[in-house]
Amino acid sequence: MEKMNLEERKDFILNYIVKEYMEDADKEITYDTPLISSGYIDSFSMVSLLVFLENKFKIRIPPMKATPEAFDSVNNIVTLVNQYIK
Amino acid sequence: MSNIGSYKERLKNFDWSLAESELEYMDGDVINIGWYCSDRICQKGDGEKTALYYEGFGGVEKKFTFNDIRLASNSIGIFLNNLGLKNEDRICLFMDRIPDLYFSFLGILKIGAIVQPLFSAFGDESLFVRLENAQTRAVITQRKQLYKVRKILNKLPFLEFIIVVDHIKTKELEEKEISFSFEEAHQVEEMSIFPTRAESPSVLHYTSGTTGQPKGVKHVHYSLISQYLTTKWVLDLQENDIYWCTADPGWVTGTSYGIIGPWSLGITQCVLDSGFSAQSWYKFIEKYKVTIWYSSPTAIRSLMKAGDDLVAGYNLSSLRHLASVGEPLNSEAVIWSERIFGKPFHDTFWQTETGSIMITNLPGMKIKPGSMGVPFPGITGVVLDQSTFELLRGEGKTGHIAFRPGWPAMMRTYWNNDEKYREKFVNGWYLSGDKASVDKDGYFWFVGRDDDVINTGGHLVSPFEVESALLEHPAVAESAVVANPDEVNMEVVKAFITLKPGFTPSSDMKLEIMNFIRKKLSSLAMPQEIEYMDKLPRTRSGKIMRRLLHAKEWGEEIGDISTLEDD
Repeated sequence: MEKMNLEERKDFILNYIVKEYMEDADKEITYDTPLISSGYIDSFSMVSLLVFLENKFKIRIPPMKATPEAFDSVNNIVTLVNQYIK
Repeated sequence: MSNIGSYKERLKNFDWSLAESELEYMDGDVINIGWYCSDRICQKGDGEKTALYYEGFGGVEKKFTFNDIRLASNSIGIFLNNLGLKNEDRICLFMDRIPDLYFSFLGILKIGAIVQPLFSAFGDESLFVRLENAQTRAVITQRKQLYKVRKILNKLPFLEFIIVVDHIKTKELEEKEISFSFEEAHQVEEMSIFPTRAESPSVLHYTSGTTGQPKGVKHVHYSLISQYLTTKWVLDLQENDIYWCTADPGWVTGTSYGIIGPWSLGITQCVLDSGFSAQSWYKFIEKYKVTIWYSSPTAIRSLMKAGDDLVAGYNLSSLRHLASVGEPLNSEAVIWSERIFGKPFHDTFWQTETGSIMITNLPGMKIKPGSMGVPFPGITGVVLDQSTFELLRGEGKTGHIAFRPGWPAMMRTYWNNDEKYREKFVNGWYLSGDKASVDKDGYFWFVGRDDDVINTGGHLVSPFEVESALLEHPAVAESAVVANPDEVNMEVVKAFITLKPGFTPSSDMKLEIMNFIRKKLSSLAMPQEIEYMDKLPRTRSGKIMRRLLHAKEWGEEIGDISTLEDD
């Protein structure tokens, strides 16, 4: 996972979100689509997304950093993840 | 001057007939909530007054007058009638907080049918057990929810109609699905409203208990009487107020105080249908000049977490009165709101079963931060001894919160489960399932629940329901679910599991199980934490000792473990 480049990382996360949280085929999201503030992902579901990121990228994100703002788009998530990937 | 004026004066000779008289209702008359919330307001000359400001995701804005909601609810009412749906049929609302939900709520009531609102984030299993229990004949929903209904359709022989409010012609409708568009529907100026009476059923909300499946709480049209008066006196809604109830109508607050209360008073309300963010909430209050705000402790604590500096960027001076519901409001939140907004949040206590506010902090009265407040006039609220159920006298003693039955909005039964309903009463008292103490001034102080139900973000989750769903995962052998303390949501779901032979504990397995529950039940029910165990603590008779696991999570005394299995 660590060897993905930035674009691959974005696509990887975006595809996971579409698969896991958006079963409705009508929805289309981009890297900038608001996820939490739009209601696509609620604060309870955010926890499972956090576990996914930690598992897949072998990182530990401090609870203080796992805010709704940090999870509000694929771009924001990638920025967050990048801080912890060595 | 607040609507209630002096609490002490109101207690003297209080009678619910005061609300009946204001609503021009006399015993034995027709009483229909749908009519009271739309037609009556128009008849009083407020047809052109704004009933609803709606804002959806992406800045979609809509505005509807009371006449608009009258016509829209007529349209859906006639449509439902034409399908052959009739009084006392259960019709489920399964959609986001879009205007169509609000119109449909009133339309269903106008034909005398029973509204069954369900939280749109429910997964297919949660939806199934509730529709099956109610033998629901129709579901009104959105395109985005159809895949859940389709998954369970063949197990629901009573379900005849799936009404899609946002169907697009490029998509195929499947078996039993019908399109209905409020925008394209013929406007129905006059409709014959079904002559419901005081005891005619109106709303069926589902609530979770420790054991068994969720229970359908049956309410009747007469509930309007206490919903009207508590809205007027507790929330203090006045003619020119702009009211914002942040609750989803999938839960009882969202109907009792997010539809019936404000609209029976002819008050303008706002709905924000998007995910939570402190910025968007403050912006919403500023934009619509919200004056009365009814929210939840979880939301308030999330706002606190977002920081004080953020508030300074918004003009929130329109706020006049703040109230909270869903779980106990901690004293820090009350003190914080007084400092930040210049006024405290007023905690209110009630339940799906009570239908309307029971214990409350009222406008104008002294707030004791952390207290639930005092019983609403007309409500006899007490604490009872935890073993004898006798009245507890003297301050500071912890007991069951109980109420003398008879207030208008009290549930009439649990759907198809009179036995469970009767269990809620002891010595002529309705037992709330919560515990509290009362101080020398008569203020109630919440202590805790007397069962294992998990209150997460103000929503009740049944450990039994989650445990059962966990066992359906192919890797899970045993499960026990308890509440875990959480600083924002008060409690969150924690699961202890053992795995079947051949499965290995791992973090990926935890994620798989979390997502399994989220999709099957809901995100609220998804364990926020999963702990693998070699074996679960059981009594010698084989019953899982949930109490032991709960004590471990909360750092409490474990208590008597003499019945614990030895090995």
